[in-house]
Amino acid sequence: MAVLDIKGISKHFGAGVLAVDNLELTVGDGELVCLLGPSGSGKSTLLRMVGGFETPSGGSITIDGEEVIHLPPERRPTGMVFQSHALWTHMNVYKNIAFGLKLRRRPADEIKRRVDAVMELVGLAGYGERQTHQLSGGQQQRVALARSLVLEPKILLLDEPFASLDQHLRERLREEVRDIQQRLGITTLFVTHGQDEALSMADRIVVLRDGKVEQVAAPDVLYREPATPFVAGFIGTMNLIEGTVSNGTFSRAGFSSPLPVGDGPVTFAVRPEALVIAPAAGAGAAKIHRVTDYGTHAIVDLELPDGLRLKSMVPEARHWTTGQAVDLAPRAFSAYRDNALIYRSNAAR
Amino acid sequence: MAETFAPPRRIDWVGISFAVVLTLVIIFPLIVVGTWAFTNVWRYPAIIPQEFGLRFWSQTLARPDVWSAITTSISLACVVTLLSAIICLPAAFAFARLEFPGRSLLFFSFLAGQAFPKFGLLVAIAGIFLGLNLIGTFWGVVLIQLVGTLLFMIWIPVAAFQGVDRRMEEAARDVGASPLRVFWSITLPQAGPTIAAAVLLTFVNTFYETEGAWLIGAPGIRTMPVLMISFINNQPVIQYGAVLSVILWIPSFFALLFARRVISGGSFARGFGA
Repeated sequence: MAVLDIKGISKHFGAGVLAVDNLELTVGDGELVCLLGPSGSGKSTLLRMVGGFETPSGGSITIDGEEVIHLPPERRPTGMVFQSHALWTHMNVYKNIAFGLKLRRRPADEIKRRVDAVMELVGLAGYGERQTHQLSGGQQQRVALARSLVLEPKILLLDEPFASLDQHLRERLREEVRDIQQRLGITTLFVTHGQDEALSMADRIVVLRDGKVEQVAAPDVLYREPATPFVAGFIGTMNLIEGTVSNGTFSRAGFSSPLPVGDGPVTFAVRPEALVIAPAAGAGAAKIHRVTDYGTHAIVDLELPDGLRLKSMVPEARHWTTGQAVDLAPRAFSAYRDNALIYRSNAAR
Repeated sequence: MAETFAPPRRIDWVGISFAVVLTLVIIFPLIVVGTWAFTNVWRYPAIIPQEFGLRFWSQTLARPDVWSAITTSISLACVVTLLSAIICLPAAFAFARLEFPGRSLLFFSFLAGQAFPKFGLLVAIAGIFLGLNLIGTFWGVVLIQLVGTLLFMIWIPVAAFQGVDRRMEEAARDVGASPLRVFWSITLPQAGPTIAAAVLLTFVNTFYETEGAWLIGAPGIRTMPVLMISFINNQPVIQYGAVLSVILWIPSFFALLFARRVISGGSFARGFGA
């Protein structure tokens, strides 16, 4: 069942600035959906419209079948966690979490029970009397999460919640948040510009660009079958080669590959791990520009004769040297024309 | 094992000279005035008074004009601060949060009161007040002192309201607080210490305000500072002035004590946009 249903939603800022453009999205019960996109793609605006902090220029948002577009934030069944934590610094941890329940005039013993339970859930048991400035960034984020969860919202909205934390903490917290989300089965909309975060947490990812949906798909599908060149380039690393097809062969500078599509301009997309290189007898298709050893694998930077840079992933660095001429063999690839997928090789599926 | 060596202790001459200069400029006059206030006899060339005592305290406090000046000063400062808060705080909130035509012009117009020579302004206002029969009245002085408080009571609270994180307010809306409740439970407590600083500054400034009180208030209204000036001008005995000075310190002393409790570090600075 769809908990959140967004239909034809748009948002203009001032004259001509279209932050969100006629967007459709459905989020099912207990699902965690990530809104992923570069800054300015409209993902935060969309989230804030669901929370009631921005008024859409048009469209409809329903939660459990009920239209919420005219409701102020305090009357929506949503709970938002802000990037800056936005804890109330004049209240201690307990009061921060209990505030929403107090507003609902719950009996004191119920408030205590629910706040204690949620503090236990987010790993903050015993921290109730602490002042917010005595907490680390990760703990502050847990308080912010607890503050929303304690009210048992129908939809949890997370606005880049880990952006202000360091890498290590971010990874740990996203696992914890994912665990909590699954344990409670709470429907969650999550905004991020980090693809790692999206790929590791989401049931489905919505890739946004300029206020429009580029693709909605599960993380593995998104990685293996990007629907547009933008998604291909945005998720993971992708070599995007602009070139032309004539008589079933794609070519660009020294690089060519069979491509059974009609003649014309094409964007050829191949992942570094699918671009196989081999030492060339003569001039080769490309020259090695740099070899970077990552231990588990190595990345070879290649340069086509016209200067275009490509990346290839190889198991070991030691076979390759800078300046070496190599031949290229794409093992799995796809091709785009006019922003749409027109071909995908068998191995890419 | 690592050993730590204390660096050779160097004498901080710059710090010492600062301390000495500050002591001379600030503490020394205070000590002199304080000593005079508790002196019965102190004749040249003695370094310390010949006779300490409270004789001039009882004489000063026995004067009805001193008591009426104390009451006048305190009630003036209270009324002006209260009125100023009632007028300025909502205005400050509007300046901080709302967009309206002429906003910046109006905002900077509060500087005008401080930008021109104050006495000229006061004389002009006194002329107007004369026509309105406000000269020599309590409310005339209230009005003139109110003008002097506008700058601090608008500008500092504006900075305080602007300094409140909008996300904090949104988070409160999110958990179910109405806009009014957000203002009461989040915005006001967040801006509170800085606003308290502004109120305190206003109270103390008003208490010590002299020119307006003298020009508009005379002869009917005599505040403590005005009385002190007339004591110093008309009395050959230093002790009267000294005793009044010490009495005048009392409100600022309490204000400072209060300030330490209410104002966390940096509130004043934040009020000025630091």
